[in-house]
This record gives sequence, structure tokens and C-alpha cells, in this order.
Amino acid sequence: MAVTETRIVTKRLREHPEDSWTIDRYLATGGYEQLRRALTLPPAHIQDEQVKASGLRGRGGAGFGTGQKWSFLPKGIYPRYLAVNGDEGEPSTFKDHMLIERDPHQIVEGVVISAFAIEAHHAFIYVRGEFALGIERLEQAVADAYAKGFIGKNILGSGFDLEVIVHRGAGAYIAGDETGLLSSLEGERAMPRIKPPFPAVQGLYAQPTVVNNVETLSTVPHILRMGGEEYAKLGVGRSTGTRIFSVSGHVERPGNYEVELGMTFRQLIDELAGGVRGGKKMKFFIPGGASAPWLMPEHLDAPLDMDYVGSELKTMLGSGAIMVFDEDVNPALVAWRLLKFFAHESCGKCTPCREGSMWLERVLFRIAHGLGRPQDLDLMLSFGSTIVPGLNAPFAQTTICAMGPSTMSAVVSLDRFFREEILEMCTAGASEARRSIPVASA
Amino acid sequence: MTATNESTPRPPGVPMSQWPSTYEYVLPTGPPGAVTLTIDGREVQAKTGDLLIKVAQDHGRYIPRFCYHERMKPVGMCRMCLVEVEGMRGLQISCATVVADGMVVHTQSDAALQAQDGVLELLLINHPLDCPVCDRGGECPLQDTTLAFGPGESRFVEEKRHWEKPIPISDLVLLDRERCIQCGRCTRFADEIAGDALISFGGRGYTTEVITSPEDPFSSYFSGNTVQICPVGALTATPYRFRARPWDLSAVETSCTTCAVHCRGALESSSNRLVRLLGVDSEPVNHGWLCDKGRFGYEVVHSGERVRHPMVRRDGELVECSWPEALDAAAAGLRDAIDAGGPESVALLGGARGTNEDAYAWARFVKGVLGSDNVDAQLGDGIPAEVALGLAEATIPDLDAAAAIVVVGIDLKEELPVLFLRVKRAAEELGVPLIELASRDHGLSRYAHSSIRAVPGEQAGAARRLVAALSGGTVEDAEMAHVAELVEGRDGHVVVVLGRGDLAESPAATVQAAAELAQLSRARFLMALRRGNVRGALDLGLTPGFLPGRVSLEAGRAGFEQAWETVPKARGLDAIGILDAAKRGQVRALMLLGTDPCDDCPDHGLARDALGAVGFTIAIDAFITDSTKRADVFLPAAMWGEKLGSVSNVEGRVQRVGRKISPDGTPMPDWRIAAELALRLGADFDLELIDEVQDEIARVAPAFAGVDAALLRRARDGVVLPLASHRDELVLGPVRIPLTSASWAPIQPGAADEETHAPAQATGVVDSTGTGAAAVIEPGLSQTALPPDDPELERVQEVAASPVQPELYRWAAKVTDAAVPGRDAYALRLVTGRTLYDGGIAVAASESLAQLVPEPILLVHPHDRDRIGVADGESVRVTSSRGSVTLAVRADAAIMAGTAYLPFNLGHDGVGDLVDSAAAVTDLRVESLS
Repeated sequence: MAVTETRIVTKRLREHPEDSWTIDRYLATGGYEQLRRALTLPPAHIQDEQVKASGLRGRGGAGFGTGQKWSFLPKGIYPRYLAVNGDEGEPSTFKDHMLIERDPHQIVEGVVISAFAIEAHHAFIYVRGEFALGIERLEQAVADAYAKGFIGKNILGSGFDLEVIVHRGAGAYIAGDETGLLSSLEGERAMPRIKPPFPAVQGLYAQPTVVNNVETLSTVPHILRMGGEEYAKLGVGRSTGTRIFSVSGHVERPGNYEVELGMTFRQLIDELAGGVRGGKKMKFFIPGGASAPWLMPEHLDAPLDMDYVGSELKTMLGSGAIMVFDEDVNPALVAWRLLKFFAHESCGKCTPCREGSMWLERVLFRIAHGLGRPQDLDLMLSFGSTIVPGLNAPFAQTTICAMGPSTMSAVVSLDRFFREEILEMCTAGASEARRSIPVASA
Repeated sequence: MTATNESTPRPPGVPMSQWPSTYEYVLPTGPPGAVTLTIDGREVQAKTGDLLIKVAQDHGRYIPRFCYHERMKPVGMCRMCLVEVEGMRGLQISCATVVADGMVVHTQSDAALQAQDGVLELLLINHPLDCPVCDRGGECPLQDTTLAFGPGESRFVEEKRHWEKPIPISDLVLLDRERCIQCGRCTRFADEIAGDALISFGGRGYTTEVITSPEDPFSSYFSGNTVQICPVGALTATPYRFRARPWDLSAVETSCTTCAVHCRGALESSSNRLVRLLGVDSEPVNHGWLCDKGRFGYEVVHSGERVRHPMVRRDGELVECSWPEALDAAAAGLRDAIDAGGPESVALLGGARGTNEDAYAWARFVKGVLGSDNVDAQLGDGIPAEVALGLAEATIPDLDAAAAIVVVGIDLKEELPVLFLRVKRAAEELGVPLIELASRDHGLSRYAHSSIRAVPGEQAGAARRLVAALSGGTVEDAEMAHVAELVEGRDGHVVVVLGRGDLAESPAATVQAAAELAQLSRARFLMALRRGNVRGALDLGLTPGFLPGRVSLEAGRAGFEQAWETVPKARGLDAIGILDAAKRGQVRALMLLGTDPCDDCPDHGLARDALGAVGFTIAIDAFITDSTKRADVFLPAAMWGEKLGSVSNVEGRVQRVGRKISPDGTPMPDWRIAAELALRLGADFDLELIDEVQDEIARVAPAFAGVDAALLRRARDGVVLPLASHRDELVLGPVRIPLTSASWAPIQPGAADEETHAPAQATGVVDSTGTGAAAVIEPGLSQTALPPDDPELERVQEVAASPVQPELYRWAAKVTDAAVPGRDAYALRLVTGRTLYDGGIAVAASESLAQLVPEPILLVHPHDRDRIGVADGESVRVTSSRGSVTLAVRADAAIMAGTAYLPFNLGHDGVGDLVDSAAAVTDLRVESLS
């Protein structure tokens, strides 16, 4: 049987690429019907019988149960806010980009239903600033929804009020962290905050706040349509439903693929994405965005199951971005490039990430450019264990947010799979060049 | 984000040392001992809501930290304080971990030690390690913490981050970004504590830097505090930079007398030169903060302009002479004046810049030897002594638990900056309703819950409406309804911070407002008088109608007739009265005790005319000023830092000042000069030592009963008078508490004593063995509490139990309906107040501060500016009944329409030439020059 996508949230945009983002198309394909229905249901029902029952887990990267996250809101404290994370900045991830650009109404409907379920009257959609077209379409969608009475006062006569604000990010990766996003929304630098207090207790403007990913909320109308329990039948184990995987790198057909969880990496990469480009062999792949530790070809038959990938493969499905590298790639160069990104995007708030990412970048630069020393890999692992104590997945952290451990993923992967290659790179024939390494007085 | 509004009053009998023993931020707190946890195998008790880092430290376990500061909200940036908590995944930052019952904490486990070591290694990779040329070297928390907790050497071989160094971020503070470890203490202080968010982080990642906006330097009045709390040498202050090495410094604890808040400080010197003043963390007074004027004002002591030897006038010139010559000349002049015109023909102005002992000795000299009551420490620029001494009093900590705070008139940020911080904190963090009544928007207005505006002359009416609103009476308008709502359900005192908001208005207006507010039975007053020790001077009788110890001439007469040679027959003249009399030639001899009436008195014309007409003038001062240059005898006085003594702050809290250096030349403390003069006039005070003066005050001045040298030496937070009413606030410590210059952490107060010289010590992190093992820090406050069997306690109990005799003066506040002066539609009513940096000698003679004095500019409401028909920055002619000056004008919406604001005393022609001390208000005609 041929492997196929299971299109739920991408159905409309795949079937109607010419106008999937318009209100007319949205309404013509069943749009806002679930909102109409949701408004007749008790909020607690949506939260428990639908979203919690669906087993929906956050699609942003951490994979935390959405219904559970909602249930952390303290009782009786208002106002509450819904913040939508559309600051998709994880390198190689481009699924939210597509959803925002091509199906903004689906997001809006998910936002209104979710806000109704958690009794929030303000929702903020934080969109990565670079998504110019996406923001234009999303703003249009919000305006259309206001005009049609899907947002605003007394939505569809239900008595429920909701204001939706589209907020444009200013280009910081770290605004994708939920507390960083809240700081940014408040007009501060996008620096993560220490937890507790968690956003559910003290989030935006110190009020209870739920932060959900764009894809997560896009799924909510479908959960209502299908019924929570029905949705939960899709997928595998605690990884229910479908996810959009952004497959990129050295594959024949890079792109977004919405598949039922439980499919194997091999099916996704080889069959849907067409396998490694030009008939070459795969050297390694990154399974869950730039922050995830890498995997090797021998892991291809593992299932796309968040728990399995975490516990057995010591990495994560993260943001659902799979990067494939062919046999010609120098892994040290990849690691350096990733660290260059992290060192550039570290917000600078806490020491291990601020200083550690910079140090890792400098060392990897030397290694990748033939200036490595034999002790450099172990040096990185040694000071890196200040950022990730123990270096064992699931990563512990000494930093405020999860970006700290992300900086070590590449280095840990080099050690796991390419130790010999790196050591060789650091000893072979580089002695002349090594002498020219600028050594600062330390 | 959220402030706890729960302000629990201190239970009776709980001394200040235990209440509040820690500073609470945002977390709810419970009763002491509510939580039991285990730290490194030791079971300890803590309060609900306490932070682990603080609990551990209080129980002898120091957890290294950089970003955490007890007086600020935890932010968890540096990650230095990681510890292991059983049952919690990974390591926890102890600065943001709230203790919980049954918690088991390991601060020394392998994982914790490895993390601490690792974080230090990371902090150091970009640190320049230029310790040999860094001001912090030797007292650097980063150095000490590295030695105690860090790695031996660096493994970093890459090139370090480079920045231009140092760059000025204000006139006083320089920033070295290479040394910065991005702990955010300075930025958080500026934002949370000072309210001047003028520094912030810029950039990101390892190029994160502290920045100022290009147009807005870090021109905060509190910028020096960031230098003190910086855990590295990233921030340095220009006055101290490269002046000394920490190990060459010795320190003495003292009180800053720049204004009347009297912040506790550690005054440090090297080679008999004052080089630095650090804030000491006194819970009831300053929380460790200082304003920049106080912090850097010590420079005046070393000014080249100082008069170092006595002088007498010969052939029209002041020439140096010996002390006996000068004293003989002064005594002869006084004797001649009294012989010719009786005691009423001599007068003394000033005394607010000295110590209590100085004030007492001069009060005794003028009132008790010369027999004149023409004495005034204020220059018509304060609040009449009847009001200042005679109203129910509040303490600074009362602000924290007040039902409401009412600030009348004064711009605290300009006049009493650290009190401004306290009021701001109460309003912002503790949720105390803040109501301010003024003639314009000022520093506190942005924190006020209600701002009531009244033009000069109409303050009393506003105060009356306010009292009605605060006491549940009828409210007339929406603003007052709002006030009533603010205090609804709030118990406790209404603390009224009463000041002279406008020196162009007669003090009678402030008196009227005070009388109105005094009708509120739960009102307690803080007298917001600014000048150094003005409160001490008033308390010790340097004001007409009073004798030392807050008693009136009548009430105290019997007692003082016993103690002194004589007592004045009747109430004398106040400052304006003295100057008026002098102008008419009725003052034959005038003593200027550290005062410059030509500058201090709002009516400069009157002061100049008066001083010109006095036959014989004695100046007891450190500088030649417009006033003292007219002296016939000049007696050089020792300054702050050069003499021992005690001073009384706005609350009337008596605290010691320390002597750190001996003066160059032959200046003497003021009190010694008084005693010497008395001797020449036939009265032997028999006072040789400062202790003897203090003991005499304790014996004869009723409000000071029991407050003798021995008690002052041991009272950690000073003594609030009278002792009988404030016994609980007394915390006695051992006589000697070595000061550390652990300046970046809150410095725990001790008792100021001349002998407490202690060489600067490191931060206390490193143990004496130098092995680098984690050190044990002694708990701060608890060790200084009074042991129950202390003999001092018994004596204090005894004094406290006996009523003060005779009764202290109480002002019978009578509400009067004074006529509100009518306003001419074309005139603008002048409002004038002080700026922190003014034209006074203390600023002018301090190298670093003199540059900060603003240019005088007339501020008017935009409508009024348009009506005058000028643009911002253009010159206008300003005319009052008294005179005319030309000034630049600028529109400012903070000014009420119909009024004009001009700062007082900026060292140019200005307000002083416009104000008529005889008029109720000063109306101005402002005309365009074009």
C-alpha cells in the first residue's frame, strides 16, 4: 500500500491552492461551522470531552497536552488571555508559515473556539515578522471574521465576546519561547522569564494565559468536527492525530507533509519526500528542528511517535522539521552553522546560553575549518555539561528556557555518531594551521 | 508584578531586628517558623514565602550569586545559585525558589558544585581579567566567588569579546562593558527602585550590553547605587575611579547629612582623604541606597576653597590669625553689643548643618550665656518650629504600613531623594495609597494614586477637603471621592509628609494646611525639612521660643535655669524677624553658624540689606560665601567626616556621625567653638569630649532623656525620640561591629563609632583558610540583637518607663480661615522649589556635582507661554513687586495654568530677587522681550 498523507489541517489548502485563504472558500468548505456549534456547548465540555479527550499535544515543539495546559488556568481569576504562537523561528520549520499564509481562517476559528473554551476575551496572535504575506492574509482574515461576526462582541448571538489582535514579531528567535513571547507582547525585550510562575498562572500582563501553537489551534476545529475520541483514534500511543512535518535538505521532494503519527521516518523521507537527492546515501538527519539531537540512517524505521523518539532515540520530534543530509556533508560544518544561529539568537539573559553558545560556536568554527585540537570535542562536552547537566536525554537544563539545551544538541550528536570523524579532523594535517589559531590570554 | 498589599503591623514587643527581618518582595509571607526544611543535612525553620537563598544564608550556608539582591525582585539571570532540591528535576536557582515544608536541599552536592563551577567558568570566558587595573580588584565579588567556588584556570583559548572601554553613561558613571557579566542589577535598580529606567540591555547573546539611549544619559539622582551593587568593576564612578585600592581603605559607619533623611553610610578614606561613601542597609532609614548628592558630596570636605584657619578683619580685610586672637575678637564684639543694646541686640542664624552637639552648645551659648532668644536655624525657608516640633510624629517605616500617605507641597525627589524612594516603594510595591497635594507635577506624581493641585495660597482649602474625604466626611468632587475610595477599609495612620512646596509663598500657608490636616485624628506627620541637621537644630533649641529637647521657653525655664547660667526672658525673633530687625539697625552682633542668608533666605534683598546693616558679624563656617565674606571674625569649622557627634533626621531619629579624617589646618567642631567663646564670656561649659556633650543633652533636654553617649554608641538604627514612646524600635548591638566593604551586598548596619576602623574586607565569601571551600557567612542582623542580660537594657527600660518631664511641646493646631490672596488675571503666581543640585556651596565646591547644576529656566503652562507670546527658550522679563530679572522660558504641562515655576537657589539671579518675605504669595508679570 502506498504511503499517503492524512490531510486534516492541510486539506483545504491542498485542495484549493488558488484561494484557500479567503473567507468565501473557508465558508464554502465548512468553515466556522464548528465555531457555531462550539458556542452552544459548555466551555468545560470543549476542554475536557473534546480537546483533552483527543489527546492533542502541542505542535510547537514541547508536545505538552493542550487540554492539560488549559486546565492549569487557576479558577476564578480573570481576565485570562490566549496567546497564539506563530513566531515560527526554528530553523528548517515551515509548517506554521504555510498555515498562516494559506489557511488563516482555520487559525481564527481555532482561536475563537479555544478562547471560548478557556473563557478568554482577548487573544493575541503573535506572528513572526518575516511572514509578510502571512500577516497580510491573517489580518485580512481577522478583519473578515470581525465583519461576519465571528469575532467581536456577542459572537453569533452567543453572548461571548472576543477581541483578536495580530501582533507582528520583530525578529527574535527567542520570542518563540512562550515566556519570551509574552515579554515581547508586553513590549519588552523578548527575554524568557523564570518559571514559576507559569504563564497559566501569571502570564501576559501577569494574568492567567494560555500560549498555544498555530498548528495546535488549527487542529481544534477538526477535533470538534470529528469528536475528541474519534480524533484520538488517529496516531499511535500518546501521540494522537496527525502532524505536519517539514522535510528539507537533500531530499527529492522537500515540503510539508501532514501524516498520521506512527508512520516511520523511512516512509516519510523515502516515500513521501522521495528519498535522498540524486541517489546518494543519507549520512544523518535531524528529526525535530535545529534544536533536536540528530539521528542516523539506522533509525529510519522508528515511528513518528513523540514518546518513542524521546525515550528510545534520545531526541525529539520537536517542531516537526526533518532535515536530511547526504553522504557528502561535513557534520562539523553543520554543527557550526547551527551554533552560529544559536549564538546569534541567544537572548543573552542567562549565563550558560549566552556564553556557552558563543564558546561552542568558536570551537566548532575551528574544527569545521581544520583548526580543531584533539581535545576540543571533549572540551565542548565538558563545559557544555554546565548547560545540560549530564548530557543525557531528556536534556536537563541550567538555563531559563529550553534554548540552552538546544545549543548542545549538535555537539552531543557529533559525539554520539561522528566522534572518530571529528577527532580525525582535529588531528590530521592541521598542525600548521593550528599554530595560527588566535589564542587570547585567558 | 503583583505587590503584596498585606502590611501587617509589628506586634508589640517585637523589636525591629526581628521585624521585618527580611525584605519581602512579591511573594506571600506567613508567620515565622511556618516551614521546616533541610539544607545540607541541617533542619532549619523559615517563613512561608521566603527565598531559599536567603534562608540558607541566614542559617550559615552562603550560596554564590550575582544577580540576586535582597532589595530587588529575583530575576534568575546569572544561574550562579543553582542547588539541588530533592524531588525537583534538574537544578534549581535558589534565588527564585520559595521554601516549602519538608524540602530537602543540597547546596554542596556534586551536581550543584559542578554547576557553580561551570557557570563561573562561563562568566569568566569573556571577562577581561584586568583585575590589577580594576577598581573592584580586591573587593570584587567575581574574584571572591571564583576563588571560593570556581575553576582554577580557564580553558577558553578563543578571542574574548571586545568593547571600547570605558564609556560614560552619565556625568558620574562610567561603563566598562568588557567587565560586565550581564547580571542586570544596575538595570533593575534603575527601573524598579529608582524609577529611572534610563539604562537597559541592548544587543543579544554574547554581545548583550548595558546601554543608554543616545539622547538620554543615565542622569538619575540615584546612579551611584548601581556602582555600589555592581558585582564586578563594570560600573565605576568618576569621583572614586583610580583614587584608592580597596585594601588601603578604612571605613567608619556614619550618617549622610546632605539632606535630612540621614541615610546610613560607610565612609571610607585613604591617607586622610575621604574617597568613598557606601550605603549601609538600614531597614528603617535607607535600605542601603544613597542619592548621588550624598554619595559624592564628600568632595566638598577637600575643596581648595575651604577656610582652614581663623581670620579677623583688619583694615577692611579678612586676615588669618590665631585661634585665641579670633576668639578674643569675637567675644569682645559680642560683649560690646550686649553692653550697648542688651541681649536682644545679638542674634544667631543657622546651625542646621552641624551636629546635635553643635546645636546644643550654640543654643546654650546664645540662650544660656548671652541670654538672647533671637536664634533661628531656618532661614524663612522651612516650617515654623511650633509646627515642626509640635505635631504627632511618624517614622519612615510607618510609611510602609500606612493607611495612606499624603505628601504636601514638597518634591521629595529633589529635596529628600531617598525618602522619595521609600514613598515610591510604599505606593508601588506595598500598595499604600499615595495622595499628593502640590502646585505642580513633580517626581512623585507618576506614582500617586491621587494628585490634588492647588495654586499657592489655596493649599489650606484643598487640605480641608482632603481631611473630609480621608475621615469619611462629605466629599465635594470626583477627585475627593476617589481619595475616599482609596482609603476605604484601610486601618492605620495616615502619614502626612509635610514640606514647604513653595518658597515664594509665606510659611503661613503651610501652617494652615498643617492645621487642617492635624484635624485628622489618625494623621501622623513627617516633617520634610531638607537642610542637613535642621531637625536636630530645632530639637536642640536653635529656634525662637524653644529650649533644647522640644520644650517651650516657658515649660523648660525651670529646668534650664538650674542647668544653665541664664534663660532668655521672652520669645525672640525668627530668621525673617532677625533680618528685618538687622535691616533697621537693631542687631548689633550677628552670628552666622554655617549659613548663607544671602543665598538660603528666599528674600535675598532682605538678607543683603540686613547683613549690610549689622555692626559685628561672626561667621562660623568652612567657606567664604556672599554672607560670610562680610564677617568681622571668621571661625573655621570642622565638617562632616571630620567630627564625631549625632544628628536627627526627618523623623527625629538620632544617629551618630563618624569621624574618618582629621581636617587640614585648624578647623574646630562648632560645639568646641561655642564652648571656647562661652569661656571668654565667663561661662565654663566644662565640656571636653563629645561624650560629655551627649551626656549633658541626655540629662537636660527632656526629649533626649536617656539618650546618652553610651546608648547612641550601641543603637544600631539610632534612637527615635522620645525613647519612652519608641522603645520597641531600639536595637542595641555590641559596641564595635567591624564594617566590611562588601559593598555589593547589602551592608548590615552597626553602630557608628570612631573606633570601628576596620580594613576593607572582601565580600566574605572566601573563608579565611583560603582553600576555596565554600565559606560560611554569619547571619547578619540576629547577632546584633541585645542579649537579655545586657545591663544597658535595664537602664533603657527604666528611662522608657518614666514619663518625659516637663511635657514636650504640642502644637494646638487651630484652623483659621485665612483670606486667599486674590489673583490678577494677567499675573502668574510664582512657585519655587529646590532642585537636588543647587547653587549652594556644598554642590559648588564638589568637583563632581558642580557640573550637574541645571540652568534656571522659567516653566509655565503651554497656554500661558502662548499668551505671553514667546517660543520655548526665548528670554522674558519677569517682574515682581520686589524686582525684575530676565530669564529663559519654557512651556511644561506639569505646571498649572496661572502659575510659573522657577527653581530656587541655582546660584544666579532669580527667585531670591523676586520674593518678598512679607507677602503671602509672589505674583509675577512676565513679558516678552521682543
